[in-house]
Amino acid sequence: MSSCCPPPKMARLKYATDFDKSVLLNNFDTRGWVQVSTDDDWNIYWAGVHNIRNIFSVECGFRMGDDQVINHFPNHVELTRKDLMVKNIKRYRKELDKEGSPLAEKDENGRYVHLDFIPLTFMLPADYNLFVEEFRKNPNTTWIMKPCGKARGIGIFLVNKLSQLKKWSRDGKGNSFVAPTAKETYVISKYIDNPLLIGGKKFDLRLYVLVTSFRPLKCYMYRLGFCRFCTVKYNANVSELDNMFVHLTNVSIQKTGEDYNAIHGGKWTVENLRLYLEGTRGKEVSDKLFDDINWLTVHSLKAVAGVISNDRHCFECYGYDIIIDDNLKPWLIEVNASPSLTATTSSDRIMKYNLMSDVCNIVIPPGEFPDVRWNKVPAKENYGNFDLLVDEELAQAELLSQEVKARAGASNATVRGARDLRKPTTWK
Amino acid sequence: MNEDQVAEQFIVDLLQFLKSSKLYTDLFNAAQIEAFKPSLRVSELRKGVQSGLINGGWDRKLRNAIYHYLHTHPQQPTLPDPEHNKEPLLYIRKAQQTWEKKILKSLNSMCTELNIPLARRRAEREQKDMAARWTELGTDGPDERPWISLNLGQIRPVYAPKDFLEVVAGLQNTNYQNSVSNGGSFYNFWGIIQVPVKLKTINQLRVQYSEMSINQCQTGVDDLPDIPSELFDADRAKLGNKVLAANHAPVAREFSKKGCPDSMRGEMWCQMLGVEVDEVDILYYEQLKTCVLQHDLLVDNLLYKDVKLTATNDDHYFVFEDYLYQVLLPFSRDTVILKHFSHNCATPPKSYIRGKLGVEEFAVVYPPNGVIPFHGFAMYVAPLCYVYNDVVTLYHVFRQMYIQYFFRLHSVSSDPQGIVALSLLFEILLQTNEPELFFHLKNVGCQPLKIAFKWLMRAFSGFLASDQVLLLWDRVLSFDSLEILPVFAVAIFSFRKSNLMKVQTYNAAEAVLADVTTLQVVPLLQLALFSK
Repeated sequence: MSSCCPPPKMARLKYATDFDKSVLLNNFDTRGWVQVSTDDDWNIYWAGVHNIRNIFSVECGFRMGDDQVINHFPNHVELTRKDLMVKNIKRYRKELDKEGSPLAEKDENGRYVHLDFIPLTFMLPADYNLFVEEFRKNPNTTWIMKPCGKARGIGIFLVNKLSQLKKWSRDGKGNSFVAPTAKETYVISKYIDNPLLIGGKKFDLRLYVLVTSFRPLKCYMYRLGFCRFCTVKYNANVSELDNMFVHLTNVSIQKTGEDYNAIHGGKWTVENLRLYLEGTRGKEVSDKLFDDINWLTVHSLKAVAGVISNDRHCFECYGYDIIIDDNLKPWLIEVNASPSLTATTSSDRIMKYNLMSDVCNIVIPPGEFPDVRWNKVPAKENYGNFDLLVDEELAQAELLSQEVKARAGASNATVRGARDLRKPTTWK
Repeated sequence: MNEDQVAEQFIVDLLQFLKSSKLYTDLFNAAQIEAFKPSLRVSELRKGVQSGLINGGWDRKLRNAIYHYLHTHPQQPTLPDPEHNKEPLLYIRKAQQTWEKKILKSLNSMCTELNIPLARRRAEREQKDMAARWTELGTDGPDERPWISLNLGQIRPVYAPKDFLEVVAGLQNTNYQNSVSNGGSFYNFWGIIQVPVKLKTINQLRVQYSEMSINQCQTGVDDLPDIPSELFDADRAKLGNKVLAANHAPVAREFSKKGCPDSMRGEMWCQMLGVEVDEVDILYYEQLKTCVLQHDLLVDNLLYKDVKLTATNDDHYFVFEDYLYQVLLPFSRDTVILKHFSHNCATPPKSYIRGKLGVEEFAVVYPPNGVIPFHGFAMYVAPLCYVYNDVVTLYHVFRQMYIQYFFRLHSVSSDPQGIVALSLLFEILLQTNEPELFFHLKNVGCQPLKIAFKWLMRAFSGFLASDQVLLLWDRVLSFDSLEILPVFAVAIFSFRKSNLMKVQTYNAAEAVLADVTTLQVVPLLQLALFSK
């Protein structure tokens, strides 16, 4: 919508990019921006994660100027690597528990009531023994093994027998001096075997979340996420565990399946999902689902807000992968730092183009040069298809002005804080 | 017959119908239960039973039954010849018969060419196979589908909207002295349709659709997220719940004229169509399913092909592919549908048992429901999948919608709701509202109906976004008229007028109107009907 009319060409920014993707380049060129090499004085650098390490490294990195922005946070892996994400979320929950915050409320089984949004997960080989204990409690459950350092569904397999994990049992019992690298660590999570099926097919949700700052947290949710459907009918039968087409929804794996259709690419818009759920399940449960998804997103970001280097030159557009189970409960599966910019269908291309355009408009006010001293409060008309999830700075300012005006009685600060977090997620 | 006699006869028919329906037995049983209540005195038997029944909600059920009967059985004097009930005008009847012969010929030749029978019984093993895979008929490669007797690539749809348009365009009123068929060359209409059918004017349409006027809040416009919900949405939801609880079809209709909220649509449509799924309906569906398993019809392959060509390639509907098979295959076995042919100009095609060609005792209707699918037929079902996820309900709702509305979109008839009249309404409205646009398009060789026809024939399914189709169909059901379809088509042309005025070829015009998925139904309808 916002990308139909050409943006003002007042500021000719210089951009550098590691990706030769049309959705990026077309966006930059339409704005009249000029491409330069990564060694030159760029204003915006759309970097690949492999280069980020170099850019921010102590030895050969460089200091960025006031008019430079880059599309990753230095240690984004705290959120985007599977094991670190789980570690941070577990730590966040424990901290809230210690503080006595109502958010960390637990039910009679010891499960978190409000913060139970990741499936039960263990790190391997480190937590192997803990895992075995859990596995033996419920021997008929299925688990999914994912390598920490890989993406796009590579190296994933399903486990329902301990014998399938022999390799990690050896490593776990003993040499804990050698810290395993990302390449060797795996996470094993409880497989969600009751996913919500539509038309009998399993799917997962891909949502885009833009973060311009972690402290104070400023994040935006893209309205036009999509559902990725498995091309083969979902079958909970154990013998089908090996059939990757049935269980994994990654598009790169689905693409090689026989029934893959290149016109729609097995993708459905989130709007269609909402229409379907409202029509067949009712408005309340479907509204609650989308609320829960926003809640989950905000808290996953808050969990890592403390450890991420809040470099003012940085922003990041994450790809959130979420699975919805049969009870309409969303589960966070993983967060991607480099969501694919490849377009698989024409509507896909349009959506990704608009996504990039809206990201640019929020991160750099249209027509201006980036400036790290800017307060990072974009004008509402530049949101495009993004909705503001949380802007802690604004919320704080509003709170203060309310306090001053109302001079109300002593309300508990933590309770206010909790309510404040909930408020932006239901934005009606 | 004079009016009184007609009314009397109608009431007799109505009572006859009610007495033979399941409602009668249920009502009778309920009345007996009421009569046995100990609190009832013999002297007040009648009043007591009546009030007991009313408290139990039976009066509403009875009222609904009568309402639906009124709706589906037009109250007119029965004409001497049953043929006239189907279609009073002879030249139109003739045209429909010619068209039907053509379709059947095409179907038969495809049969002989590919050397497949119209129907054959399935082997036991094949039946078991298919039963096991009933919910996933869409997946698997061709070699894993033994119940499909041949490669789908050889099947062609029997006809497409453009073929049907040719038939409709060729209709000529033989009573006109100057019409082409009598040797004259006078076309009294600018557009393609040359049949003089009586139509509503724009003012009559405005009155008919007055609930949609701009000063009235509508679902689809006034309940979007960025509008505060106190304005419309919250009250609408409350009202909707009350309406659903009342369970009275006319009330549901009135409410739906302003559109149904997404979460209430399913129930609203069921109430408006009179669909209440009970055990009998579930059993009936199972019976149809058994018929599908036992016999393989050529028509099945046509349906498979159609789904694969249309719904599986559609962004919005590919997810529901398997549901479509589960609805369409039993649909073609359902003989209840044959009843609607009494007021449909079309006649169900007949086929003869092998070797007994022409012998009437061995004639069967083929396919059993009398409907030969065409290219795009599956799209009548697809939008419904967003509203119903239970196959049996989905089936019955679709069947009702077909019997009441969709059949009119692909049979030739002079009925004001038929596709011929709708097409003419489109052309006349466009000429009246946008004369320069119509003239310009005609000059560059693009008759607007050529583009709009496929929209009308498919009731816009597959051309608009999924939620917009549903909003449009809300109005079709609630106003009980398909006339909204040509009105919307005119609205689209009006909306894209500035681009259309610039085109110089038919292809360019088609390109301007190729993608209408971004259009919003309700604001456009309001513009077309109520501005100026």
